[in-house]
Amino acid sequence: MAAGVAAWLPFARAAAIGWMPVANCPMPLAPADKNKRQDELIVLNVSGRRFQTWRTTLERYPDTLLGSTEKEFFFNEDTKEYFFDRDPEVFRCVLNFYRTGKLHYPRYECISAYDDELAFYGILPEIIGDCCYEEYKDRKRENAERLMDDNDSENNQESMPSLSFRQTMWRAFENPHTSTLALVFYYVTGFFIAVSVITNVVETVPCGTVPGSKELPCGERYSVAFFCLDTACVMIFTVEYLLRLFAAPSRYRFIRSVMSIIDVVAIMPYYIGLVMTNNEDVSGAFVTLRVFRVFRIFKFSRHSQGLRILGYTLKSCASELGFLLFSLTMAIIIFATVMFYAEKGSSASKFTSIPASFWYTIVTMTTLGYGDMVPKTIAGKIFGSICSLSGVLVIALPVPVIVSNFSRIYHQNQRADKRRAQKKARLARIRVAKTGSSNAYLHSKRNGLLNEALELMGTPEEEHMGKSTSLIESQHHHLLHCLEKTTGLSYLVDDPLLSVRTSTIKNHEFIDEQMFEQNCMESSMQNYPSTRSPSLSSHPGLTTTCCSRRNKKTTHLPNSNLPATRLRSMQELSTIHIQGSEQPSLTTSRSSLNLKADDGLRPNCKTSQITTAIISIPTPPALTPEGESRPPPASPGPNTNIPSVASNVVKVSAL
Amino acid sequence: MAGRSKAPHPARGPVLRLQECQHSCKKHLGDIISFFFRFISGNLARDSSDSELELSTVRHQPEGLDQLQAQTKFTKKELQSLYRGFKNECPTGLVDEDTFKLIYSQFFPQGDATTYAHFLFNAFDADGNGAIRFEDFVVGLSILLRGTVHEKLKWAFNLYDINKDGYITKEEMLAIMKSIYDMMGRHTYPILREDAPLEHVERFFQKMDRNQDGVVTIDEFLETCQKDENIMSSMQLFENVI
Repeated sequence: MAAGVAAWLPFARAAAIGWMPVANCPMPLAPADKNKRQDELIVLNVSGRRFQTWRTTLERYPDTLLGSTEKEFFFNEDTKEYFFDRDPEVFRCVLNFYRTGKLHYPRYECISAYDDELAFYGILPEIIGDCCYEEYKDRKRENAERLMDDNDSENNQESMPSLSFRQTMWRAFENPHTSTLALVFYYVTGFFIAVSVITNVVETVPCGTVPGSKELPCGERYSVAFFCLDTACVMIFTVEYLLRLFAAPSRYRFIRSVMSIIDVVAIMPYYIGLVMTNNEDVSGAFVTLRVFRVFRIFKFSRHSQGLRILGYTLKSCASELGFLLFSLTMAIIIFATVMFYAEKGSSASKFTSIPASFWYTIVTMTTLGYGDMVPKTIAGKIFGSICSLSGVLVIALPVPVIVSNFSRIYHQNQRADKRRAQKKARLARIRVAKTGSSNAYLHSKRNGLLNEALELMGTPEEEHMGKSTSLIESQHHHLLHCLEKTTGLSYLVDDPLLSVRTSTIKNHEFIDEQMFEQNCMESSMQNYPSTRSPSLSSHPGLTTTCCSRRNKKTTHLPNSNLPATRLRSMQELSTIHIQGSEQPSLTTSRSSLNLKADDGLRPNCKTSQITTAIISIPTPPALTPEGESRPPPASPGPNTNIPSVASNVVKVSAL
Repeated sequence: MAGRSKAPHPARGPVLRLQECQHSCKKHLGDIISFFFRFISGNLARDSSDSELELSTVRHQPEGLDQLQAQTKFTKKELQSLYRGFKNECPTGLVDEDTFKLIYSQFFPQGDATTYAHFLFNAFDADGNGAIRFEDFVVGLSILLRGTVHEKLKWAFNLYDINKDGYITKEEMLAIMKSIYDMMGRHTYPILREDAPLEHVERFFQKMDRNQDGVVTIDEFLETCQKDENIMSSMQLFENVI
């Protein structure tokens, strides 16, 4: 029911009293209005802009957010208003919908933003009023096309692997940029098309005289050379056609397509000419066949996008062209008749019949005016002038339609190209951001451990070696960490070299740990007692809470190799090697990976040392994911500074 | 052209006819010449919307809130709320019959409520000027919702009495009954029979028409209704609508 009509419901109910006296049976009870309260103003605060409306206005549509009790979730007790952290501009339209019953779509609004807002407020977009519906639908269609395009190109890229030879070939033919071979092939065929067309043209040019006979065209003078050229071109075209035929996913469809017909028509004359003998009767027909060689120029349309667009435009403007043709025909017939009868009287008139006047009419209407047929009588001249004037009109009318169609299709194509380019840049940025965030996690983890270790060591070195992370980041990292703990897996940076190392050492690590820890599935994160100061609660400190309480003995090693600054500048694998031994209460008996560590244990009782990452990747440090777009992390050169085994244990910690 | 008499008097004779002929010829000639000039100057398609300028839309403002409060039994807040709904649907302040029919029909989508709406419209339109003003609306509602049973019954009688002559005839009642049944629509259970309204009217008259004179007067109506328990209880049904 429309909003205003709902306001009249009390009236309709009251008017029902008119039925009572004529009713034969008692009426049902009226529904009790439990929450009968006086209509009150409610305040809706949308991002600071306050809207006020009556409660009953909102309750007109009880299945939306504002009309139901769902809005109570947004009620702010302190200010006694409903606060929505959304766009106030679109909210204006939404509220007007409640007020007037009509939903409008503002033209300046982005379609997806608008859709999101509508979805939030629980309003179906189908109820957009007629005044704005067309615009909304158009924009929605454009958006859908854009998404489809994106998906298509995504799919295209994703289906790279596992293509059969035939499919690769077809892709190479359709899109020459997929591989260098395709590009070469593309250019070669283009070159030969050009050569073929030029030879056809030059063949007919008169080429100087052979003494003793008349001037010959070049084709006959150097017939052998031209024949060789023609043969070469036709061979290339034939090979190309056969390859395409082989590679086509649907051969039947390929054969029926326009381009293949053009191909066939282009090369047929040659073969027919080979087959045919120099029979006098047939050679006339053969000469005609050579005309078809000009179709080779249409093969260029595979190479030129503009040509394809032109063809597509003509196809889509077929109705306008048809109209143009029809109206021209009508006008030609009319004027030819008139001219014929007007000029009938004059002697030696060229207007011998109506079809003969067709030529005059066409030439005049298209404002060519060859002058081979001219009216001589006065009536003829008058009608002739009317004819030329109307010709201008009739031809000029459908042309803008065709032009605008062409322009629209052309721009659409350009937009598609622009979008593809944009998409590449966007994907690159996303990739960078992703790796950035995972690197940030690993980085901060390492730093967190470093900090803890340093604190344990009690050294006056800088406590915060890494940059401080925001609360959100730290929570995110904690989440990732918990996931790691849960699954017993860990995050790795994609580097085949690294992963090999880590996996081998990891196995090693597992073996070791099982020696002293039955439940342990994961490699080392140290486990500090919960009396840790809250300042370290960010990363590994938090892990104490979510990890099982494990008294794992780890030993720390000093990280004297890498200066502090280098830590920042390098993106390191999360292989923090930690050996801590400051807690004698821990059930030790852990022989660390390396026998030497044992020796190192005792003297290092009080000290915690950390050997940080084994392999470092020289990339800039991970900043916030929304940071500047930088080139994706360079593939790591084997910049593997493995601290010498002498410096105790090399351990890759899982992250 | 209203001033011109079309029918020539036979007494006036041919002279007058000639004059008329000349007059019409001049007019047509003028038309042709003006057409030609407009053709040349490109003004042929005159903007027809200019000539159809609507006269100022009729608007109506209701009486003051206090007066209405005095006339009806609604509180100020109720009047305000009523007016807001009213003004939303009819910004001009007047409801004409077509709008009224439209609004009322929306409550009965399955049937045809236009006839009954017509009768209702007449019942509300106290001064019979073809449009319901807010005062009429509110006064009517006040009777229906806050009035005594007596007043309500009188209002119902007024509704049934189509020509407002104080008597309900069988034809009037039949029209009303048919319009009520029309609101139900075609798809009912049991299927609406053709003679159902007539039967219903007969029953009604049997009950109401005391002296069997074929019409129901206001007194007969009131008397019978007040004796009928069903009717009395159903009159109280819509007390809390506003």
